[in-house]
Amino acid sequence: MIRLSGVCKSYGTARVVDDVTAGIPSGGVTSIIGPNGAGKSTLLSLISRLQPMDAGTVAVGGLDVAATPSRQLARTMAILRQENHLTMRLKVRDLVAFGRFPHSGGRPTVEDRGHIERALEQLDLLPLADKFVDELSGGQRQRAFIAMVLAQDTEYLLLDEPLNNLDMKHSVEMMRLLRRLADELGKTVVVVIHDINFASCYSDTILAMRGGRLLHQGTPGQIMQPEVLREVYDIDIRIEEIAGNRIGVYFA
Amino acid sequence: MAAPAVNRPATADAPASAAAGRAAARSGPRREAVLLVAAGLGIVVLAAASMFIGVSDVSLPAMLAGHQDTWDIFWISRVPRTLAVILAGTAVAVAGLIMQLMARNRFVEPSTVGTVESATLGILVVTVLAPAAPLMAKMGVAGGFALAGTALFLAVLRRLPARSTLLVPLTGIMLGGVTGSVTTFFAYRFDLLQTLNNWMIGDFSGVLRGRYELLWIVAALTVAGYIAADRFTVAGMGADFTTNLGMNYKATMRLGLVLVALISAIVVTTVGAVPFLGLVVPNLVSLLFGDNLRRAVPWTAVFGAGFVLVCDILGRTIRYPYEVPVGMVMSVAGAAVFLLLLLRGRPKRKGAGRG
Repeated sequence: MIRLSGVCKSYGTARVVDDVTAGIPSGGVTSIIGPNGAGKSTLLSLISRLQPMDAGTVAVGGLDVAATPSRQLARTMAILRQENHLTMRLKVRDLVAFGRFPHSGGRPTVEDRGHIERALEQLDLLPLADKFVDELSGGQRQRAFIAMVLAQDTEYLLLDEPLNNLDMKHSVEMMRLLRRLADELGKTVVVVIHDINFASCYSDTILAMRGGRLLHQGTPGQIMQPEVLREVYDIDIRIEEIAGNRIGVYFA
Repeated sequence: MAAPAVNRPATADAPASAAAGRAAARSGPRREAVLLVAAGLGIVVLAAASMFIGVSDVSLPAMLAGHQDTWDIFWISRVPRTLAVILAGTAVAVAGLIMQLMARNRFVEPSTVGTVESATLGILVVTVLAPAAPLMAKMGVAGGFALAGTALFLAVLRRLPARSTLLVPLTGIMLGGVTGSVTTFFAYRFDLLQTLNNWMIGDFSGVLRGRYELLWIVAALTVAGYIAADRFTVAGMGADFTTNLGMNYKATMRLGLVLVALISAIVVTTVGAVPFLGLVVPNLVSLLFGDNLRRAVPWTAVFGAGFVLVCDILGRTIRYPYEVPVGMVMSVAGAAVFLLLLLRGRPKRKGAGRG
């Protein structure tokens, strides 16, 4: 369970996250949706203590993120931000191995090796494991970063736009993987996502934000409603039910 | 990504390829360790050569014959000089590597971000205010100035709106230029320009027993850099990565700052500035072995020592029996190597436009 209560964050005079109170249930996929500038990414970095909040509290699995030692938090939750620029040359396997840092410091054990190889395999990276990250394509690099936070093996996994740079095949595989992590390993996955249809098809809970405020929280069935989406995105979106999923049609 | 097995019959091969991957991961480091030992032996050979090059005749037969003069020159001049070259070369190269990770930019090193200039300003201030101060005190003040100068650079860097690859080194060069001109102005006013030159251009010709021992401190600092290698690698990935992995980013940056500033200050006080080393060697190592510091630090150390040894030997032989200061040789050789690295480029550097 991730509990947010009265969370606020301002940059100068601009309030980017405005008094958000919510509970993200354990075990399942939760998507945060909303238009540009809704405060989705900022909210994610407040939850994951990458940025300090101005007011309010966040507890992840009962741990107050403002008070718990960072290393303990790093064994409980992993966060991957949207923009990841590596200026250094690291091999894919080395990058993924650093995901084990919170567990074993710089001395990986046999157990760590297992996590690293498993993460590489789950993201289809074994053939690329000995390449340098800067030699990969954008999508491959994105998968390498995801593999790193996966190797971190935390109960909570926070991803800011994980589908960035991924083609359709890898986007679908990424969402299936997140679904499996939740269903089979009982992990709590929180993603910031732009495509409402991916959110609709793969999540258990959707948080809809706009202007720093949390407007709605509910199941895909509750959120994927024309009037709700109109309030969030300010456009009319037709909802069609296809193969049991609610799909928003907003192209025309 | 492992899709359900139905969709992907290739899943059956995965364990085999995983095993192959592990085997490759094991054999890679072993081969690299052998190479590293070989390179280390190369340094020993260069060091031995360095001990027998110079104006006075120091030859093996003379030493074996037990000539006291020969042995004196060997112990008082040749051995200290060679050790100083190795210690300074190792440390300055490693300091350059750490600096590059901290600035998250490949085109910086202590002598292009104002660290060395600040250290020089520090020595000048002590020389003017307390000319009789012991070397240790001079070094301390130089260290303090270097610390402040480097911190200033990193602080300016944090405030830069966009961290473009070129803006970062330019900012450093500019800061170094300002500090350098202040130093030159006061050196001119106090008639210390000549002395200033001794610190600005690295030179090992003045190294004698009793005048280089402070460099052992930089050896200790270099070892500290190796011990904290994983931390610096993580910090090099950026603040968010570092926090995610449960490490204190600011503390790691502070440690790096202290290491880089002290190494620079001590080297400048004892032998003078050694330019380009911290730029060329880490870039070369990065190209060959990548930036995982656990691996890169030993290579950087070996290449750093080797590069300075070769340049120092060259400086002593080009105009024999006269000497060209090593700093000058390194400027020429370093610039050439760096240009070569730039022109050769890196394989498929996509998205390398930002620092």
